[in-house]
Amino acid sequence: MTSDITLPFYQALTTDVNALSACQAQDELQGIRQEALDRFSVMGLPTLKTEAWRYSNIQRYLKEFPYELLYATTTVPASVVAQAAIPELDCYRIVLVNGHLQADLSELPAGKGITIGALSAHTQAPGFTKWFNKQHHLAQESLATLNTALFADGLYIELAANTVIDKPVHIVHVYTAAQHAFIQPRHLWVLNRNAAATIIQSSVHPDTNAAAFANSVLETVIEENAELWHYNIQQGDQHFREVHTTAAQQQANSRYHHFNFTLPGTPFTRNNLSVALNGSYTETNLNGLYIANGSQHVDNHTFMDHIMPNCNSNELYKGVLLDSANGVFTGRILVHQEAQKTNAFQQNNNLLLGAKADINSQPQLEIYADDVKCSHGFTAGQFSEESMFYLRSRGIGEDAAKALMVNAFSHDITDEVKVPALQHYLQEQIAAIMNN
Amino acid sequence: MLTIKNLHAEVEGKQILKGINLEIGKGETHAIMGPNGSGKSSLASVLAGRDNYTVTEGEVWFNGKNLLDLSPEDRAREGVFLAFQYPVEIPGVSNLNFLKTALNEIRTYKGLPTIEGRDFLKLTKEKQQLVDFNANLMNRSLNEGFSGGEKKRNEIFQLAMLDPQLAILDETDSGLDIDALRIVSNGVNKLRDAEKSFVVITHYQRLLEYIVPDFVHVLYNGRIIKTGTKELALELEERGYDWLKEELHLKESV
Repeated sequence: MTSDITLPFYQALTTDVNALSACQAQDELQGIRQEALDRFSVMGLPTLKTEAWRYSNIQRYLKEFPYELLYATTTVPASVVAQAAIPELDCYRIVLVNGHLQADLSELPAGKGITIGALSAHTQAPGFTKWFNKQHHLAQESLATLNTALFADGLYIELAANTVIDKPVHIVHVYTAAQHAFIQPRHLWVLNRNAAATIIQSSVHPDTNAAAFANSVLETVIEENAELWHYNIQQGDQHFREVHTTAAQQQANSRYHHFNFTLPGTPFTRNNLSVALNGSYTETNLNGLYIANGSQHVDNHTFMDHIMPNCNSNELYKGVLLDSANGVFTGRILVHQEAQKTNAFQQNNNLLLGAKADINSQPQLEIYADDVKCSHGFTAGQFSEESMFYLRSRGIGEDAAKALMVNAFSHDITDEVKVPALQHYLQEQIAAIMNN
Repeated sequence: MLTIKNLHAEVEGKQILKGINLEIGKGETHAIMGPNGSGKSSLASVLAGRDNYTVTEGEVWFNGKNLLDLSPEDRAREGVFLAFQYPVEIPGVSNLNFLKTALNEIRTYKGLPTIEGRDFLKLTKEKQQLVDFNANLMNRSLNEGFSGGEKKRNEIFQLAMLDPQLAILDETDSGLDIDALRIVSNGVNKLRDAEKSFVVITHYQRLLEYIVPDFVHVLYNGRIIKTGTKELALELEERGYDWLKEELHLKESV
């Protein structure tokens, strides 16, 4: 904690906490917020001595600018949101500005069984009462507790049993402020029994001179036999920094397909992804692709918590590190003693293409059951010379050959994207990065 | 079209080519035969620009350009094509996308407009029928999971698509059964014309029954030790290489 106190950010934080107590008076979450704040005060901000943060120096990025906590709502013109549009994608688009729903630019899916809107407007909803802040991994991560204590607003989605949203939902997160701002959105998505949805998240940071640091938390609950396809696309820009925490819970027979794409733009990205399997016969697919350039830092911190027996999880993270980009991957798999017949597979493959690029990859398998199949693997390498020569011998120049090879390297992930327009968009983005 | 003068090359410090002289004219088909380790495939690699080979002496001129100064891609763009002995599998790169990229890079180099959508597909269909290449393989990843024969046929299909001036076939017959050999050879024969030259590298005379060469050269120990016509190939088939080696040693000891 001692190191935190010297940070202007932390000092700003304590002032804000005091200022906030007034608005919390009407907030029915005051108990939860206070408890989280107490917890955060004990944990402090992560430092390089914090085991889970040893390769990601967040303090450096918090020191850069005098960030202030931002709560005020603001709106943006449609042109800003257009930057995030995915061509040909037939979807419901929802716009959140710094976590606040901007209704005039949003088309909310309507229909029986669909509840969707600002989180602040749904604190009495049954799904909220039952699930908000219940994923127990959240309490382990100090920035998530900070979010719980001081979050502004976010999106609440609840699908009643047997409800299916007919089109993908595309949530565009706009992060913008006049001053350097620390923004904390908080979301909760609940899919009840047999419900299904495809949700795409992406973000826009309009070009301003003010930097934005987003510390967002998403809790998602996938009830019995429900299925969620969840795509998160991170692009951002030079003035954006992000810590993105996703905490999922799965009940029996549910299926969760998570995709995380981190592309060039944001200097610092940390993704905390954890999935708690609270029921049996679940399926979990965690797919990640990070392509980083310049001195970009991308850290994917993942945790598969196999609590119940007969569950399958598959995790594949692939990285392309250009220039002096830095990658970090942590894949924790915990198989509890009761979780017999678990299949848990994990793979992290990297292409190190920059002379100063590097990757720190760490599998962490803790297995307390004896009848399980678990594996992990890691690779880091360059292009095969033989493949490069083959392509070049057909008249394909070195840069175009590299672009083809990166596209090929990514295809294990992009192939699994089940929304054709999104798949095409991602392939185009990857090609554009490599052709630059 | 292609002139090779006193070409010496080494790989990892080992001298492989020791003074090759060869002149290939427009529309000619030359066969290069020789025992294992004589330097046949090395010659193909040096011409295509594989970078683990170092040329230590000699020159290679292609249509008035110094071939050895060019990158592998520029050699291809100038019109040199190597059909690989062991085509590489590249998962995730689709055959079609690969070919379209290659074709357009070559066209851009030549100052031609790029070929798009329908025209490309039309050309693909035409060439695929010409060389009898299975259309189902075209949407697959490049050579991934192809049989040995399918890979070789893909090489000939690429040859048809890219339409080079000089095609070097590096042991294209290896690993082919007799039916595949016939299909591959038919494909090559359909591509032969007065403008296009071929260098056919092979161990066996069998291929030359299908692709009849104008000249046959025997490569041994990094040098061409004998040049003849297609009859030479028949003689080699019958008598092997030993008599030539002996002839050479006699000559050298004199």
